Amino acid sequence: MTTKVDVDSGSVSWSRVIRLWLALIAMVAITLGAVSCGDSQSSDVILATTTSTYDTGLLDMLLPVFEEQTGFNVKPIAVGTGKALAMGERGEADVLLVHAPAAEAKLLESGAALSRKPVMYNYFVLAGPPDDPASARAASAIQLALNWISSSGSDFISRGDDSGTHKMELSLWELAEVVPAGSWYQESGQGMGATLQIASQKAAYTLSDRATFLAQSGVLDLAIVSGRDDALLNTYSVIELNGDRFPEINVKGGKAFAEFLVSPETQAMIRDFGVEQYGEPLFITELPGRAPGTSQ
Amino acid sequence: MDLIWDGVSEAFRLIFGGDKEVAEIVLLTLRVSATATVLATLIGVPIGAVLGVWQFKGRGVLISIVNTGMGAPPVVVGLVVMILLWRSGVLGGLHILYTPWAMVFAQALIALPIVIGFSMAAIAQIDPAFRQQMLALGASRSQALWIMVIEARLAILAAVMAGFGAVISEVGAVMMVGGNIKGETRVLTTATVLESNRGEFGTAIALGTILLTLTFLVIAALTIVQQRARIR
Repeated sequence: MTTKVDVDSGSVSWSRVIRLWLALIAMVAITLGAVSCGDSQSSDVILATTTSTYDTGLLDMLLPVFEEQTGFNVKPIAVGTGKALAMGERGEADVLLVHAPAAEAKLLESGAALSRKPVMYNYFVLAGPPDDPASARAASAIQLALNWISSSGSDFISRGDDSGTHKMELSLWELAEVVPAGSWYQESGQGMGATLQIASQKAAYTLSDRATFLAQSGVLDLAIVSGRDDALLNTYSVIELNGDRFPEINVKGGKAFAEFLVSPETQAMIRDFGVEQYGEPLFITELPGRAPGTSQ
Repeated sequence: MDLIWDGVSEAFRLIFGGDKEVAEIVLLTLRVSATATVLATLIGVPIGAVLGVWQFKGRGVLISIVNTGMGAPPVVVGLVVMILLWRSGVLGGLHILYTPWAMVFAQALIALPIVIGFSMAAIAQIDPAFRQQMLALGASRSQALWIMVIEARLAILAAVMAGFGAVISEVGAVMMVGGNIKGETRVLTTATVLESNRGEFGTAIALGTILLTLTFLVIAALTIVQQRARIR
């Protein structure tokens, strides 16, 4: 900015100034680009995923192993199941890891997805204030618990973001034959971690996947009030997208990642994940015969 | 309160303990925001100078657009850039979504109106008689404009600082177009959001402290340059 200009050199042509200016911008852009930009090529695999697989740290453990084994470079985009499915529908991702079976089936039907493989399971939990003002803990079924919460006037925080957990929550209200509306029902519009923190601060109930709840339980003033219901089963699946429909997607990388997730070695790693830290696995890999009791 | 103090001491541990991941995040943050600011400066200062000095048809409309841009929510910029950069988008062929380049793109767009607006104001401050004099002495219009940019360089430095400050602290746009990918597009703001979502508030505060310190150091350096030049 302190460069001197030779005023005596006569009049500079205006178009030359503009051309020089554009060249300078291009030069700076290219130089800095070469420094700051990694190589983005066919080795990149864009994984659109639910937030729970990321916020719990599961992907932080699995991805380096996959990258080491295959040479692919996974770019996990943790956006929630609703947006992840929307990205899949438009071919903006190469592979999906999501948990909303009904919406996943639609994606398969539409032809945008090729296959869907269940990877792991856990249970959604109904979390609430430890003193349980709605006595939801005593309910024999999740429908009943939700009914009591809505009639007790206790607050309920919904994700409200079209995520897998939100879809599940809406289907549970339907099951309970309760229309979730009114001042007691609030939508956070945020991820699971943030929503749990809001529920904790407001002493409200919320629905969470078990993994995120356990991973955060240390900073939450919430307890599991219901988690022993078959209706609360949470299935995570990996979805390969249709390379014929979206020529741009990395079909090979998506396929390799899907196969990696369901391989026996990876399944063992998923089963062991979190056991040391939380005393129980965050995800299970076998479809359980019946719902286990809660640990609380 | 304990949490904040723990976070601040954690920040010092992360910086001086040589945590490799944090070092990478800090470097990427600086690189992306500096690149975006340099681009915005190269494009924005000449435009600001022209808008500040020359009278032409449509100038008022352009200035209104710039002023609107100065207050544009970064998250809207992020959304638009993301849609442009999608595989199915207009600029999808560039294949830069979820790379630092996409973040530079979005941040440069956010900083651009700020740089234009501030440099426009800076140059408009100069006494018009000065320009008339230069033109009378035989300088061309472009030469006169250049001299005025140099004359207003301290105020233009403030424009650059404002642009840098806006982009380094921005989170919504870089989250959308960068994806907050570990080791690739994770910067201090998105890392802070992630740690807070994970309930790791101590780490979140530590990262926030680093960001604050970093912004302070960069702005302080620019301010010192500005003050020195003024004394001279």
